[in-house]
Amino acid sequence: MIRLTFTLLLTVICFVANAQEDGWAIPHVSIQNIDFENFNTSEIDNDGKPIIISFWATWCSPCKRELNTIAEEYDEWIEETGVKLIAVSIDDSRNVDKVPTYVNGQAWDYEVYLDPNGEFKRAMNVNNVPHTFLLNGNKEVVWQHNSYSPGDEEELLELTRKVSNGEAIH
Amino acid sequence: MRLFIVLTVLIAVVFSVHTQAQEKKVDLGEVHGNFDLRGQFYNPDSAIGAPEVPEKFLFNGFANINYHKGNFYAGLRYESYQNVLLGFAPEYQGNGITNRFVQYNDGQLDITVGNFYEQFGNGQILRAYYEPSLGIDNSIDGARFKYNIHGIYLKAVIGQQRWYFEQSPGIVRGGDIEFQLNEILKDRMPKKTRVSFGFSAVSKYQEDNNVDLTLPENVLAYGGRMQVKYKKWMLRGEYTYKYNDPNADNGYIYKEGQMLQLTASYNRKGFGVTVSAHTLDNMFFRSDRNNSSQFQDMFINYIPALTKQHTYNLMATLYPYATQPRGEIAFQGDVIYKIKKGTALGGKYGTTVNVNYSYAANLDTTNLNDVDSIGQARQGYTSNLFKIGERANGSTDQYFGDFNIEISRKLNKTFKLRAVYQNLLYRRELLEGKPGVGNVYANVGVLDLLTKLNRKSSIRTELQGLFTNQDKGDWATFLVEYTYAPHWFVSVMDQWNYGNDIEDEQFHFPIASVGYIKEATRITLSYGRQREGIFCVGGVCRVVPASNGLTVSITSSF
Repeated sequence: MIRLTFTLLLTVICFVANAQEDGWAIPHVSIQNIDFENFNTSEIDNDGKPIIISFWATWCSPCKRELNTIAEEYDEWIEETGVKLIAVSIDDSRNVDKVPTYVNGQAWDYEVYLDPNGEFKRAMNVNNVPHTFLLNGNKEVVWQHNSYSPGDEEELLELTRKVSNGEAIH
Repeated sequence: MRLFIVLTVLIAVVFSVHTQAQEKKVDLGEVHGNFDLRGQFYNPDSAIGAPEVPEKFLFNGFANINYHKGNFYAGLRYESYQNVLLGFAPEYQGNGITNRFVQYNDGQLDITVGNFYEQFGNGQILRAYYEPSLGIDNSIDGARFKYNIHGIYLKAVIGQQRWYFEQSPGIVRGGDIEFQLNEILKDRMPKKTRVSFGFSAVSKYQEDNNVDLTLPENVLAYGGRMQVKYKKWMLRGEYTYKYNDPNADNGYIYKEGQMLQLTASYNRKGFGVTVSAHTLDNMFFRSDRNNSSQFQDMFINYIPALTKQHTYNLMATLYPYATQPRGEIAFQGDVIYKIKKGTALGGKYGTTVNVNYSYAANLDTTNLNDVDSIGQARQGYTSNLFKIGERANGSTDQYFGDFNIEISRKLNKTFKLRAVYQNLLYRRELLEGKPGVGNVYANVGVLDLLTKLNRKSSIRTELQGLFTNQDKGDWATFLVEYTYAPHWFVSVMDQWNYGNDIEDEQFHFPIASVGYIKEATRITLSYGRQREGIFCVGGVCRVVPASNGLTVSITSSF
């Protein structure tokens, strides 16, 4: 009886968690890969593991601080959670040519895309950068955050762990 | 047993709610959006030139609501100006729905009716975009068709541009085709080579209702672009030509417009170089030929400055460069190098060095003095796109120059240091529209130290100095920012014009801010003096007038 009750309780928790973790699907928008070729956001994928989408720009100091901080530990993040970080630059044609230079110069291992006319930025309702989204294994947005302060990356990692383990994050 | 029944009922309820939620999602689609509300109480402050604001309080706000279900998208934006904040165009007055669209997009076919944003190539002949912080929205209201098949990408647009709460008198029509050879030819392409090229054409129609001049009602602009990547090398270029387009910006001359942009880069892990150049002549292209507003009204094309976009306030807001669509030649070189960690120079965590140089000057032009009987010039001048102009005294007609070097290094787990040096030349008479005023030559230095106190809290301090013998003389900025992740920040900043020759004008501009952030919502309060300056996002800048008061802003995405 106790075992049955326990099983039922677990089922309830799973359902509630599942219901809460129901995120929303990202819109499909045509942007560019780092070679300036067309890329549709429907192709964003990480084999059922969590994805972080981070909107940034070469002229945005807090954005670079956030991505450079995560870059130092990115290997460990991948090992632990299987996460993939996708950095979407909103630099327009003034600075977009310098994005590959910056990304290589900093030796980032992220997947980087270019959104020079803000198509993806608007579709994701981003007001200003940095703006970070966390997606679950079904590629649904379960959490988002605007701006960056040192230490925010720990909250992001904590949430990524939860998503990776299939736990509810709220 | 009772527990068992309660649990069973609970499961049934949860399951049904969950199923309903899922069904709801399938049936009803997703609604998301954002909003941005910004208000300011103004104190008159005649010392710094902050005017008396009769309303005392001004407000800008907007909300976007987007709907998405499968391949179907729709959205609208509501904007409110009660009255518009200082520094924005006064035409922003009142409330209304300023953007609405419906769209079908299955990844191959994409059709939009209503307002949309678009860019062809670099934007040299078409870029409709949205930058609310600068008050810019030149969206096109009409229809857009996009289609792609096996690496060929087609776009066609038609419509009128937004002009505040009204629309442009001219109609914009355009088409673009792009070929991505690696997608078209697949394995037949040589290894490690990526090539794509494209063509675009834009035409605007505006009725000729000028009594003195016979004006072209249809103005065509067209262009071609290409990019080649081979291993770590990349070369990109775009050329555009615009037929004669007499307008208020160019003094109604019947001269053609042209622009050429080239960029070469080499990138590998830890090292990157980009070298760019552009040359352009008479590239004003608006969907109302009679508008020459400083607020970038109804521009169809977009030509950004080829200079570094600085972020530290003395570099970014005192003497920034803005492109001269009338004509300019500009160059920029940017190098970034990461000195490896564990080396003598690189230190324990590595050191990043970024060097940037940019230069902009006038084209070599010759006046034609071809004024007709009504005092109207016909062609106005001839120009050489590949020669830098000279001033009357024989010196080069330089508009701007900027050499800067930035070094960032993590010293240990507690400290991160960044040092920046800049040397600049700024042609004030042209860029501030003050004839006869001399150039500004300045040296700027910045030290930025980030101290991580513990897991959650950190302090960032900035010390900036700008040294010049011209204009208002030397400036210093001091900033302290305390953040407590993930919710709070407090900052205090003072800009001090200590080197002003007029002692009574050695003003301080102190400002204090406090902010609270929760997920995608951010509330900021700031109080103090704001210096008159130039605020830039992306490639465009806006003049922010001096003000004194309390600003409240709330932004959120959902």
